[in-house]
Amino acid sequence: MGLSQDQVRRYGRQLLLPEFGVRGQERLLRASALLIGMGGLGSPAALYLAAAGVGRLGLLDSEPVEAGNLHRQVLHDTQAIGRSKVDSAQARLRALNPAIEVVALRERLEASNALRVLESYDLVLDGSDNMPTRYLANDACVLLGKPLVHGAAIRLQGQVLTILPRRSACLRCVFPEPPQAGELPSCQAEGVLGSVTGLIGALMAHEALKLLGGFGTPLADRLLTFDGIASGWREVPVRRDPQCAVCGDHVQTSDIRRIVHAAAAV
Amino acid sequence: MAITVRIPTPLQRLTNGQGEVQCDGKTVAELLGDLERRHPGVKERICDETGKLRRFVNVFVNEEDIRFMQGDQTAIKDGDEVSIIPAIAGGAS
Repeated sequence: MGLSQDQVRRYGRQLLLPEFGVRGQERLLRASALLIGMGGLGSPAALYLAAAGVGRLGLLDSEPVEAGNLHRQVLHDTQAIGRSKVDSAQARLRALNPAIEVVALRERLEASNALRVLESYDLVLDGSDNMPTRYLANDACVLLGKPLVHGAAIRLQGQVLTILPRRSACLRCVFPEPPQAGELPSCQAEGVLGSVTGLIGALMAHEALKLLGGFGTPLADRLLTFDGIASGWREVPVRRDPQCAVCGDHVQTSDIRRIVHAAAAV
Repeated sequence: MAITVRIPTPLQRLTNGQGEVQCDGKTVAELLGDLERRHPGVKERICDETGKLRRFVNVFVNEEDIRFMQGDQTAIKDGDEVSIIPAIAGGAS
């Protein structure tokens, strides 16, 4: 397809990378990614994906911007308080890169819309803020065969895992059952630092750029964790569980469909 | 007494801020008991009331998930490294 002069000017520094180059750029421009959550993780992730030239970005979030979001949700500014996060994000990303398509989806991921919402994207980034959504995203991505970049952060720690459905460990292979509400701490109760969500969100974007651009080795079967007290990264190997309830060897599509449909509304 | 246990960030306030502590035990279950003796309050964050590992916490011995070994009966020895890795939900804001 070839790149225009404008594109060469804009993307020149990444075109210089031999691993990426014109081929990687052309792949990105044709690619699409859905971001679940326009918060602390989705903000940096969306900025880097838009800036890099991913052709179509879907932004999913039902919440409005609040003052308490701004210390970490760097897509939104003070003026955006009270406005829907996806509208605020869409405006910012369009200003950053007018050549890409940015779709604002002002809704939550639910059993009733998950497959429809995710279906038209090449890849999904989960930067949501609760476990039911995370498991639903995982299960729907396994069902649809979509790569999923899972990222999470709280307090001063974070973790990232790339999931290649049926080829690498999914969220349920690593943590078989979702915790009940209240079993895990939330940022609302426990706090989080913006630089930590920034690191995790940027790494999520990086994983997406690798997969969509067709270079590097995905962070699959390796759960990468960040400890923000010592500023240390550590990875633990994880593996696909042949007995996994969604991506296991003997699971039928109809079984996963049932799990997705049974997902609690969140 | 030379099994290194890596403590996840949120539990480090129960281990005086230490990211790694030394504990004893012949199995993971024994090790978690010793961890609780040395740092009261840690075990209830890792195990439920019946002593079973919580569903959203994984324990790795030398980078192998104990679910794929003998669970909390997995044998350990001096020099082993045990990592405790909980799931993270995130925001809720």
